Amino acid sequence: MSGTFLGMPSLPVFGIGNLHEHEPFPKAAHRELGNTQLRANLGHATRTIRDKRLAVVSELPDWEELRDAGRAVKESVMARLPELLEQFEANFTARGGTIHWARDAGEANRIVASLIREQGADEVVKVKSMATQEIGLNEYLEEQGIAAFETDLAELIVQLDHDKPSHILVPAIHKNRTQVRDIFLREMEGVDPELTNEPARLAAAARAHLRRKFLSAKVAVSGANFALADSGTLAVVESEGNGRMCLTLPETLITVMGVEKLLPAWEDLEVFMQLLPRSSTGERMNPYTSLWTGVTPDDGPQNVHLVLLDNGRSAALADEMGRSALHCIRCSACMNVCPVYERTGGHAYGSTYPGPIGAILSPLLTGITAEENNSLPYASSLCGACYDACPVKINIPDILVHLRGEDVDSKRGKKKLPSQMDLGMKAASWALYSGKNLGLVEKALPLGRIAAGPDKKITKLPGIAAGWTQSRDIPAPPGQSFRQWWNKEHQAPAGPAAAGTDVPGAEPAGPKENP
Amino acid sequence: MRIALFATCIVDAMYPSTARATVSILERLGHEVIFPGGQACCGQMHVNSGYFKEALPVVANHVKAFEADEYDVAVAPSGSCAASVKHQHPMVARRCGDAGLEARAAAVGHKTYELSQLLVDVLGVTDAAAQLGSYFPHRITYHPSCHGMRLLRLGDRQLDLLRSVGGIELAELPEAEQCCGFGGTFSMKNADVSSAMLADKTANICGTGADLCAGGDASCLMHIGGGLSRQGSGVTTMHFAEILASTFEDPAAVTGDVRLTTGRTAR
Ligand code: SF4
Repeated sequence: MSGTFLGMPSLPVFGIGNLHEHEPFPKAAHRELGNTQLRANLGHATRTIRDKRLAVVSELPDWEELRDAGRAVKESVMARLPELLEQFEANFTARGGTIHWARDAGEANRIVASLIREQGADEVVKVKSMATQEIGLNEYLEEQGIAAFETDLAELIVQLDHDKPSHILVPAIHKNRTQVRDIFLREMEGVDPELTNEPARLAAAARAHLRRKFLSAKVAVSGANFALADSGTLAVVESEGNGRMCLTLPETLITVMGVEKLLPAWEDLEVFMQLLPRSSTGERMNPYTSLWTGVTPDDGPQNVHLVLLDNGRSAALADEMGRSALHCIRCSACMNVCPVYERTGGHAYGSTYPGPIGAILSPLLTGITAEENNSLPYASSLCGACYDACPVKINIPDILVHLRGEDVDSKRGKKKLPSQMDLGMKAASWALYSGKNLGLVEKALPLGRIAAGPDKKITKLPGIAAGWTQSRDIPAPPGQSFRQWWNKEHQAPAGPAAAGTDVPGAEPAGPKENP
Repeated sequence: MRIALFATCIVDAMYPSTARATVSILERLGHEVIFPGGQACCGQMHVNSGYFKEALPVVANHVKAFEADEYDVAVAPSGSCAASVKHQHPMVARRCGDAGLEARAAAVGHKTYELSQLLVDVLGVTDAAAQLGSYFPHRITYHPSCHGMRLLRLGDRQLDLLRSVGGIELAELPEAEQCCGFGGTFSMKNADVSSAMLADKTANICGTGADLCAGGDASCLMHIGGGLSRQGSGVTTMHFAEILASTFEDPAAVTGDVRLTTGRTAR
């Protein structure tokens, strides 16, 4: 692992805030799997969006080249992040914006709260943003007596229900429209008591509710999808137009953005504006893209701030094998294709970042030993669907395996007793590290046949292996291994494989299967 | 051609009929098969579980075993084991700081093929019935395992080979590209999620009305077959090598849900 100097305070500062799994993933997954409403909604939604994505992606003959370009741009950004950040700061400041550097979630929250207080405001409107969820801004502001109103429809639903988002793009994916109507009736001030669950009526109710907030709020808080170093420009990509309202109506605009969101130049947007909408909503183009560069006199917010957030990003960048997780553009394609996510939903991952990217990003930002984050890299069958879908080609399976290694190494020599998995791996390492040892183990195969009994299957195993027999039988082992059969067939010294064979003897090791 | 068989540990110990079928196919095509005796396992269970240190001797053994003999190409009847040899072995050596082993592992990996890759790309098999005498009068469906599909990009090689078997009826598997939920130790560590994935896979398989589900990875087939057996579905699983090796005179037997190990004589 090599350190990368970021020109920022002492390394590594791990991320804090909403980045943690609070219970082992298998336990959380077990609970979520029991939520049939969630599974039905998720299964339907992810399947729909998967098909849409495939359709628009297959329209582009140069899709693979675009993905390569996206990855290359992000790699170059990570390689010269300090320089680009300084360039961005100079340009943003020259255009009348103010930059604040936040080492972690706590610093970022305090900066935002004090900026709001400076304006004498006690409420803000918000554009959907992962960074502010990561730092737990809404909760912090509430403690400070400041009300934050989410304006994205799905975020609004989740917020009104005092729930947590379960998907980074479709935060209320786990709710159906009747549930949404009930939430509105219960939580929304002045809502029509005759509200039905028709999507159009629900949207109208939300619009009326939000319009009041847009017109009264003096401060807006946003995230950003991209920041362009060569001009000091910020960009928000969205579907509903609520973001555009927040970014233009209030007098003060405070943006919180992770340092990794930088792009070198305007031209780079060309690549990412093709990759992002297609990968996230399955659209060729998203309805609203807002770009702003500092302050424009008498037009839009006159008091413009950007909080640049580290919160573990330097630590992730210092991990040579894991750093490409910072290339993520939060499109959510990986979760929509993930068979694990499709069944457990986002809450099972604990962190703001669910699904395959969450399983690597959360432990990279917090360090592998934080809370239960070491269980996240195992939340994958390593099927590789996420890597294929990722518009910036993050090799998520390889990073999952890398982090499993970090987890195993972090525990070496620490435990009083090795786990069943440790012991199993040691034993298997012995059995599998030579043909001779495996040959010896195979001599015991007939024992398995005795265990299997007359119906030739094993239906119950002890310990961690019980996980296997929970839903699957194990076949009775064969009477002889391939190796034993081969050696018998090729016993004559002229046999092509006679040399080099180190299996002792070739006597029958059990009842012959195919006489 | 002189072809070194990497049987893989699970086939060697649990599914010898798959390895015997592989030998049979290759010999029918006129090639010489050798079995480097020092071989054991590719080590991907260790690697994928994060036990790199424990994986190193397993990797070193494989490299040594496949350097010991003279041969043209090596073949494994498994997409994930071939992918491990090709992609993981150099990585493990690098991670453990053994540059010499990394280079040797890369050389062995370069010569190693998954069975359908070898048959189609190197040996030019396009019509199993004509070139191998393959005959298998059953209705089957086919699950493409993830590592073959995504790490080796096997595409339709296995499926096309199966299609060209005499007497066969192929039913398309809905959502075939969805992972079956095996994932090595994932099936134990995250048994609930794995079982949920398996349940969807087996439901799709049973929905096709096929007698059996074919595939190219014994481990996934053991997982799927284990689930089908537990559900008492009467549907079984079989490696595509055994279907290719099956002939009119010496047909592969399909004997219900416990056919898991009782391979026929494949020669
Ligand atoms: S990891 Fe890739 S696919 Fe997943 S959200 Fe990020 S950019 Fe999208």
